[in-house]
Amino acid sequence: MKNGVGVAQNIVLFGGTSDIGQAILRRIIKPGVARVALVSRNLEAAASFASELEEAFPDVEIHHVRYDAADASSMAHVVTEIVSEIGDIDVAVVAQGVLNEGMDYYSDPTGLITLCDVNFTSTMVLLYALSQQMKQQGYGKTVLLSSVAGERVRKGNPAYGATKAGIDGFALALDHELVGTGASILVVRPGFVTTKMTTGMKKAPFSTDAESVAKITEAGIASGKKVVWAPGLLRWMFLILKNVPLPVWRKLPL
Amino acid sequence: MALQRLSGWGRTAWTVADLVHTNDVSEMKQVINQSGARGVIARGLGRSYGAASQNAGGSVLEITAEGDPHGIDALLDSTTGVLDVASSVSLDSILRMSVPRGWFVPVTPGTRFVTVGGAIASDVHGKNHHFDGSFGQHVSSITLLLASGEVVELTPRLNPEWFWATVGGMGLTGIILRARVSMLPIESSRVRVETERLTNFDAVCEAMSSDGADNDYRYSVCWIDLLATGPSMGRGVLTRGEHASAADVKDDDVLAYDPRLKVPAPSWVPNGLLNKWSIKAFNEVWYRKAPGSRHVSIESIPQFFHPLDGVHQWNRLYGNQGFIQYQFIVPLDRIDVLRAVIETFSSAGVASFLAVLKRMGPQNLSPMSFPTEGWTLTLDIAAGIKGLPELLSRVDNMVLDAGGRHYLAKDSHVSPTAVRRGYPRLDEWMHTRDAMDPNGLWRSDLARRLGLVSAQHTRGNE
Repeated sequence: MKNGVGVAQNIVLFGGTSDIGQAILRRIIKPGVARVALVSRNLEAAASFASELEEAFPDVEIHHVRYDAADASSMAHVVTEIVSEIGDIDVAVVAQGVLNEGMDYYSDPTGLITLCDVNFTSTMVLLYALSQQMKQQGYGKTVLLSSVAGERVRKGNPAYGATKAGIDGFALALDHELVGTGASILVVRPGFVTTKMTTGMKKAPFSTDAESVAKITEAGIASGKKVVWAPGLLRWMFLILKNVPLPVWRKLPL
Repeated sequence: MALQRLSGWGRTAWTVADLVHTNDVSEMKQVINQSGARGVIARGLGRSYGAASQNAGGSVLEITAEGDPHGIDALLDSTTGVLDVASSVSLDSILRMSVPRGWFVPVTPGTRFVTVGGAIASDVHGKNHHFDGSFGQHVSSITLLLASGEVVELTPRLNPEWFWATVGGMGLTGIILRARVSMLPIESSRVRVETERLTNFDAVCEAMSSDGADNDYRYSVCWIDLLATGPSMGRGVLTRGEHASAADVKDDDVLAYDPRLKVPAPSWVPNGLLNKWSIKAFNEVWYRKAPGSRHVSIESIPQFFHPLDGVHQWNRLYGNQGFIQYQFIVPLDRIDVLRAVIETFSSAGVASFLAVLKRMGPQNLSPMSFPTEGWTLTLDIAAGIKGLPELLSRVDNMVLDAGGRHYLAKDSHVSPTAVRRGYPRLDEWMHTRDAMDPNGLWRSDLARRLGLVSAQHTRGNE
């Protein structure tokens, strides 16, 4: 159960090794949080974050749930398993995602299937499963890590951008469907974030870090917003970028 | 049945439930029979501040009798003063009927817009706790609808365990249908009030302690300026009163009672209207307005008992972030903790529009009733303040370490451990509760957060 000062008792992170996901958890775990479930493919990789949390928040129970983010058909089952372990899900942070940039999809398209399965198909099934659970609970907040890459898909990462465009649009529409049920979805649209996902890549303009994204996300949860951008300025940038004519868009150094 | 978004009076932690308004027992039973794994809770006028009368994903039975065209379901015996009343009836309705006949409710909280059912379930107290105890002590019988569908009559003599588990039981033992309440005879509808300005916290505690003549007054409460610092830290305005005698009242109609609402709160309020600066200015005016030396006045019942009821929906003044009301009690000899709590809030820059101190009398027989002999401090705080969860958790521990506890009807944030520490008879109460409701039908968001309905009684797959 969430309390009256905005603290969620039970929090779940899908993508337990995600830098942004972890940064969000560090911010939203406060006195009043009782249980945290880290859901990841590789429990060993999430273990160091788990022990960090155990040390910082000794009163919080940490649970581990293993899943394969690419296995869409298992998502409903994963949600059931989490609920049986920790009870109601007050806040779910969905940070599962792969970038898979720089791959030669022309000669080997198999990477595309994983990319779509993790970023799109599984996430869609997961959002339905979470929303179903939260509708029954009469409340609950799902935080979806989307990306500005989905705002206007560009060359350079067309596949990644397309998965984000798809899931972003889906999440907003699903949130619309959920009006009146108590369940809701917050879509977070970060720009270029310096994390292990983007290690070695050239920084894009208006790049930010996981900590800043987390701060904006926390405020978005508290204020009940539907969409937040990180940094906030990107909202206005993309208002323009989305609407520039295609010939101009293609000439932009993006 | 309709899905409805609900919160408590503090307008925080909204959740959605199936809301059914009814005063009819067979309809209540129908809701119980059709309820799912997330159970049922009763709701009255929604004046508890936190999540006591909401039930996320479950059913909420709204049992109120406001605007009932058939008049109120309450029978007052003018010779004994015993009121036989439906749980749905508000203290407001009772007072309109009883004051002109010379009877007052035995206990009233700061608002008269609470139902009898809610007053029993929260075991509410008022300015007379040191004198008369809490509401449950004036109840001689409760008619309760059990989870099984059976209707039982509970009295403190015949079934004390179930009776006292229901008093202060936050609605988790069953649905209170009716009660018999012993009313207080009054000669007039006015209150003789003594007002006194006290320059610092020591003076406040001194004046309110039992040897400071507090016991000579039926009603006593002190407003505290939480923002005053230095030598005037904890300064306050003490008001003490008695029901005025007929001779005190100049009016022809000594029992006249006219509790008309005065001003509505605006429907939209900018967030942050109540901030440190506006509250500081208000406090200064309020303090200066009070007479420097003891002053006697004759006030009406609404003026003295229910000043905030004069502003319709005053809870909206905090904007859409809502607010919490923090009420705790510490033993009489722990004035140091009161002082430390006030200092903690004030040094964190947390302003409180209403801070009220009261000395409480002895505890009653209910395991979950809040009042015990000690000092209770109540403050309201805007819910969106940065760092509030951390600050409250620190203050919670100060209170609990001193042997204190928190009031569940006001609570919006304490942890399951805090209730366990504050209410040493919690297990005993849970045991009785489980016997009264073996399948865990009754549940609320408050119960869910605090684990008041034990896990082995979780129904279905909740």
